Amino acid sequence: MWQESVNILVYEWLKMPQGEKLSDVLNFFIYDTVKILFLLIVIIFIVTLLRSYFSTEKVREYLSKKHEYTGNVLAALFGIITPFCSCSAIPLFLGFLQARIPLGVTFSFLISAPLNNEIAIAMLFSIFGWKVTALYIGFGLLVAIVGGIIIGRMRLGKEILIEVKPIEGEIHAEAQIIPFKTRLVEAKEYTLDILRKIWLYVLFGVGAGAFIHGYVPTEFITSIAGGDNAFAVPLATLLGVPMYSNAAGVMPLIEVLTSKGMLLGTALSFMMAITALSLPEAMILKRVMSLKLIAIFFGTVTLGIMGVGYLFNAIL
Amino acid sequence: MKIEILGTGCAKCKALEEATKQAVAKSGKFAQIEKVDDIMKIMEYNVMSTPGLVIDGKVVSTGKVLSVDEITALIG
Repeated sequence: MWQESVNILVYEWLKMPQGEKLSDVLNFFIYDTVKILFLLIVIIFIVTLLRSYFSTEKVREYLSKKHEYTGNVLAALFGIITPFCSCSAIPLFLGFLQARIPLGVTFSFLISAPLNNEIAIAMLFSIFGWKVTALYIGFGLLVAIVGGIIIGRMRLGKEILIEVKPIEGEIHAEAQIIPFKTRLVEAKEYTLDILRKIWLYVLFGVGAGAFIHGYVPTEFITSIAGGDNAFAVPLATLLGVPMYSNAAGVMPLIEVLTSKGMLLGTALSFMMAITALSLPEAMILKRVMSLKLIAIFFGTVTLGIMGVGYLFNAIL
Repeated sequence: MKIEILGTGCAKCKALEEATKQAVAKSGKFAQIEKVDDIMKIMEYNVMSTPGLVIDGKVVSTGKVLSVDEITALIG
């Protein structure tokens, strides 16, 4: 329905000839931008509203009563629904250890939370639909759970630079009573705030995507990111790291690249590397953990992400 | 009255500090505003999502930037 409206706008009102490259590119650009921005607003609003019912303090109380393995699984799951910003990574990390939550379980949360941030989820859903979003979340959880268990097994307690004093006795988080109307208003403001930050990236991303869609030949993309190139997955993962927080701009590009022959596994690796591995977060974490621990953390996640990419390309 | 802003120097923490200053100036109250960026002190307040707002030793808000009006209501 939306596609038909854009067709009328471009081909009839603007009188651009159908079938010509420039009109196709413009059609694609208008269609994608409006669709993505609309779905972004809706999804981010819903996710934010749901998240207002979960606080990191409550999650910590709950996790402190769980053992390893169960804890890893639950921590990864909580990573999806708990609000997380990389600027809170340190208090969160220390706070978990204070509550005697095992290091591996803490890492499961620390891997899952940025991977499942609301912008990435909203972009994925609006561009690729629920199936790819579910695959992304599912395999992201797998990386977070396995990565956390591996780090936990390595006994790296001495690599934490700040000594944490465990909290004595039971940990109890006070429940805050917030009226539903306040939650609605806060979710609305948060959504607008995010939109103000990312709309330009979305425009640029879709613009570049529309250009590739119209002018870059499919054979070119297939030769770099297609099935014949065994290095496509590691290359995509490494390229993803410096693109942190630009999920909004990069996702529209990935859409076009997959439609032009990039394999889905390679695309998944790329997306996960963008969200899960961020250099600014590494710089922040350097204040509480040794370089060795950060390297192990990033190395484990990188390998996990590449594994997901290869696995996916092999079975599809 | 002593107001503390807990935060390790992110943009949101600065925004909260600014809003707090405005709220105090607006209320005409006498309050000591202090920015706490020592992570160990923040941990002592049991706060895991920054920025946090502490009034007279009691944590009143975590993880968000309050508006000037909201802070005015809290110190009022």
